[in-house]
Amino acid sequence: MLTLMLKRLAMTIPSLIGVVIVTFLLTRALPGDPAAYFAGPAASPEAIEQIRASLGLDQPLPVQFVHYVIDLAHGDLGSSLTTGQPVAAEIAARLPASAELTLLGLIVSMAIAVPLGILAATRPGSAIDHACRIVTTAGVSLPVFFTGLILVYVFYYLLGWAPAPLGRLGIFDSPPPTITGFYLIDSLLTGDGTTFMASLKQLALPAITLGLFALAPIARMTRASMLAVLSSDFVRTARACGLASYTVVVTYAFRNAMLPVITTLGMVFSFLLGANVLVEKVFAWPGIGSFAVEALIASDFAPVQGFVLTMAVLYVALNLAIDMLYGLIDPRTRMDA
Amino acid sequence: MTAAPALLVEDLSVAFRTRGGVVQALEHVSFAVQKGETLAIVGESGSGKSVTAYAVMGILDPAGRVTAGRAMLGGLDLLAASADQVAAVRGREIAMIFQNPRTALNPIRTVGKQIADVLLRHANVPRREAPGRAVDLLRAVGITDPARRADAYPFEMSGGMCQRVMIAIALAARPSVLIADEPTTGLDVTTQAVIMDLIGDLARDIGMATIFITHDLALAAQRADRIVVMHAGHVVETAPTAELFARPRHPYTAELIAATPDAAANLSELASIPGALPDLRRSDLPPCRYAERCPRRQTDCDVALPAAPAIPEHVVACWNPLS
Repeated sequence: MLTLMLKRLAMTIPSLIGVVIVTFLLTRALPGDPAAYFAGPAASPEAIEQIRASLGLDQPLPVQFVHYVIDLAHGDLGSSLTTGQPVAAEIAARLPASAELTLLGLIVSMAIAVPLGILAATRPGSAIDHACRIVTTAGVSLPVFFTGLILVYVFYYLLGWAPAPLGRLGIFDSPPPTITGFYLIDSLLTGDGTTFMASLKQLALPAITLGLFALAPIARMTRASMLAVLSSDFVRTARACGLASYTVVVTYAFRNAMLPVITTLGMVFSFLLGANVLVEKVFAWPGIGSFAVEALIASDFAPVQGFVLTMAVLYVALNLAIDMLYGLIDPRTRMDA
Repeated sequence: MTAAPALLVEDLSVAFRTRGGVVQALEHVSFAVQKGETLAIVGESGSGKSVTAYAVMGILDPAGRVTAGRAMLGGLDLLAASADQVAAVRGREIAMIFQNPRTALNPIRTVGKQIADVLLRHANVPRREAPGRAVDLLRAVGITDPARRADAYPFEMSGGMCQRVMIAIALAARPSVLIADEPTTGLDVTTQAVIMDLIGDLARDIGMATIFITHDLALAAQRADRIVVMHAGHVVETAPTAELFARPRHPYTAELIAATPDAAANLSELASIPGALPDLRRSDLPPCRYAERCPRRQTDCDVALPAAPAIPEHVVACWNPLS
C-alpha cells in the first residue's frame, strides 16, 4: 500500500510541471495589457513602456518563464498590480475560507444525497424515488445565486434565524487564532465555543446553498450505481444466503456502489471550489473565487496565475486522494499499480 | 415415498411483466425432492429451470410475480410466508449455488468474511469464532492452505476455487435442501467432475436434498436419482433417472435424449430438436406448449393437459406419450 502511494505521488509530478507551464502561457495569452492598465488611462506611452520594463514584461517569454519558475521555487507568486499585496499571502488567507465553505457544502449534500440515492434505488418507482428525481432536478436547475438569495430572504430577512450574510464572522466576533485557517476547526482547537457557533451560523446558509446545488450529481450517481449493484450476481447470492437486508444493502451493495460515487464527489468538489464565486458574492464571503474574478477583470495576471495554479495543484491532490480511497475500498485497484 | 419430502413444489406459476406483455414463465410446475435425494431439473435455455429456483428462494427479479402455487419446506410455505420468515430460512434451511461463481461472490470482500457473514446470521456462531469456523469450512470444501485463502478476494482465485467458496457459503448452516443452478457452467471439465463429487459427498454427509439444475443431460444422468424435464415453463415428465433414459415417454424427453452428444457419434449424426421455444407472451398458447414442435401431435393436444398428480413415480404430461 505504501509503495503504491509513493508511485501515485511520483505520477503527479509530470502533471504539476504541465500545470506550471500551462498557467504561465494562459495568463500571458489573456487579452488586455497589464502595463497600460497599471499606468492608468492618462499615462503617456513612455510611462507605459517604463512600467512594462519594471514589470519585466518587455523580456522575451522564455526569460519571463525562467523568472516565474525561480520565483515560484521561492514560494513567490508575484504581487497584485492593483493592491500591491503579495499573491501567495492573499491566497493563503482566502483559500481556507473557500475550502471550509466548499467542504461543509459537500458534507451537507452528501448527508442528503447518499441516503436519498440509496433509498430511491432500493425502492424504484416509489414515492421516495420520485422525490429523489424532483429534488435532483430542482437542485441542478436553480442557479446558486438564486438559491442563496432565497435562503437569505427567508432565513435572515423574514425569519431572522440566520445572521446577516456578511462574511465568515459577524462584525462583533473576532476570528480564532490561525492554525488551519478553518474557523470551525481553529475555534474548536482553542476551545472557543462562542466563535465556533458564530462561524457555524455564518456558514450554514452558504453551505446549504452549495449543498443543494451539488446534490443532483451525487444523488443521481448513488441511485444509478446502487441500482446496478443491486441487480448484480453477488447481491443475489447475498439475498439467497438470507443475509439481513441491512447487510445486503449496506455491506454488500453500498460498498461496491461507492466507487463511482467517490469519483463524482471528486469532480463535484473541484467544480464547487472554482465555481462558488457567485455564492461568495451573495454572502460577502472572503473566498478565493471572488478574488480571482476581480483580478481577472483588472487584467491583473499575477493573482490569476496564482489562482489557476492553486486550483490545479488542489485538483491534482484531490485526484491523488481519490486514487488512495479507491485503493482502500477496492482491493482490485491495489494490484495494477 | 411415505416420509414428507424435504421440499415440495406444487402448482407453481410465475408471470413476468415486460414491455412486450406478460410472460407466463412457469405454469403449474410441481415436483418434490426427498431427504438425501438428488433431483435434476433439465431443459433447454429459457425453459424456466432457474426461474423455478428463484421463485422458491424468493429472489425473483422485481418484475416477476408468483401467481399461484406453494413451496413447502418442512411446515413452511415459502411462497406464502412473510419476507422476514423467508429470509430467516434462506441460507439456513435452503441454500443455493449459482453459475458463474466468479461474479456470484462479492468482489471487494474477502471470502473468509463472506462465509463468516452467513455463519453469524444463521449458525449461532459467536463473532470471535466466525473467522476460525470460516477457515474450517474452506478446509471442508477442499481448499488447500485455507487459513491464508480466507483472506483472499474472489479475483485472486480460480473459477473452481470460487465455486468451492460458494459451496462453503451455501453449506455453512448445514441446510436441508440445496439448489445448485448450473454449478459447473464456466468451469473446465475436470473441475466440473471435482465440484460435482464435492457437492455429492457433502450432501451425503449432511443428509441434504439436492436440486440440481442443468441443461447437460449426461451430467444429470450421472448424478441424479430422479429427473424433472421442463419445457417452456411446464414440467413435461418426471421419472427416476434409469427409467427416464430407458423409457422416455414424453416426445420432448425422447428428442432431448436423442440430441445429447456422445463420443461415438460424429457431428452429422447429432440430432437437433426442430423448432424453438414458443413465445411465452402469446395469449393463444396451446395447452401443451410443446404441441407446435411435436411430431406426435393429435387433436387431443388442443384440450387441457392431463392433470399431473404431484409425485408418483413416472409422470408424463402428454396425451400421446411414447410407450
